[in-house]
Amino acid sequence: MNFVQAVQKNWLIFLALTLSLGWMWFSRAPQDSLTAGKIPAPQVGFLAPQVELADLNGNLVRLADLRGQVVLLNVWATWCPPCRAEMPAIQRAYAAYREQGFSVLAVNSTVQDEAAKIPAFVADYGLTFPVLLDVDGLATRSYRVNSLPSSFFIGRDGIIREVVVGGPMDETLLKTRIENLLKEQP
Amino acid sequence: MFPTLQLGPLALQTPGLILLLALWLGLDLMERQARRAGLKAETLYNLVFAALTVGLLGARLSFAAQNFAIFAQTPLSLISPNPGLLDPFGGLALGLLAALVYGQRKGLALWQTLDGLTPLFAVLAAGLALSAAAAGTFFGMETNLPWGVDLWGARRHPTQFYALGLALVNLGILGWQAKQNPPQAGGLFRLFVALTALGWLLVEGLRGDSILLPGGWRLGQVLAWALLAASGIRSAGFSR
Repeated sequence: MNFVQAVQKNWLIFLALTLSLGWMWFSRAPQDSLTAGKIPAPQVGFLAPQVELADLNGNLVRLADLRGQVVLLNVWATWCPPCRAEMPAIQRAYAAYREQGFSVLAVNSTVQDEAAKIPAFVADYGLTFPVLLDVDGLATRSYRVNSLPSSFFIGRDGIIREVVVGGPMDETLLKTRIENLLKEQP
Repeated sequence: MFPTLQLGPLALQTPGLILLLALWLGLDLMERQARRAGLKAETLYNLVFAALTVGLLGARLSFAAQNFAIFAQTPLSLISPNPGLLDPFGGLALGLLAALVYGQRKGLALWQTLDGLTPLFAVLAAGLALSAAAAGTFFGMETNLPWGVDLWGARRHPTQFYALGLALVNLGILGWQAKQNPPQAGGLFRLFVALTALGWLLVEGLRGDSILLPGGWRLGQVLAWALLAASGIRSAGFSR
């Protein structure tokens, strides 16, 4: 069968291929036309929604001030077993990579926790990273947190690179993600 | 979007659960199709089991090899149940290799075997779309159409549901075609590839997270068109 015979016999296939090319041309998206990476949303590829919360000492901490660093935003509560289980690993990772530009924002979902228990929790686990109090649940809602813990790995450009729902996170997982993100240029 | 199913203190990952259900349903349909096509369902089950087992182990080993220095410090992570420590591409490659080796050792005919596996692939494609809907991935571009969904800060095309609808249509067409007895070995599988590529090409054009090539062309569409062309050319008889 030569080409012309094949086209005549299989005109439907060739029509589908031609129309598909037309659709591809029609649905082209100019560079930078997609909103991913430009608007805030708690999803991979989007800008991390703004967080501005007080820490245990009452100091205001802003996620925006950490632009240029790799950030792990971890939403947790004292009563949540996997949250407790992953805290030592997060602390070890923070101690290991802090000098290289890694930060942790541990957002306590205070709206569903008891604020009085938090200082003792922090002391018991020897946490040295900022622990923020989400008293009115604004951050919990803007990050659409349905399960605790929920973790958001944020690159130096402020864009979310990975979302881990549930836990506990493995220390190896933490290290692989942090090391890969630290390699990226600011 | 429904990423987790909270059962008391237990948070089940809905996307993974959906994929497991799709696997179970797909294996059931595969068994029925195998009986109809005169294939041994047990052999196909073993083939899938070998591919999944080696794929899973391969995904972990491939990930560990890429992060050797970290795994050397914590070697027990090799047996961690955490799915974040898997390399999907490494797993896919090794799973396929395991399936090929198993098929060759059992003397399975390639095209007949692929026909037998097609119901599983088709159900998994539908499961993948539903799983993406639960996770909120593979999201669409902004739209003002009335059926748009509010997701990730904008009203968007529900591309995951478009993909699910097309996958279900494909499943229906394949089921009908399977009962007609495909004219030649591999016909059912090639039809699945062509329909899936066509669906991918259509839906990709409305996605908001496409990888773009110069000129705004979408990489997913280019790959889907190549797949469609390859299956079309094969069906058109150019290979004869």
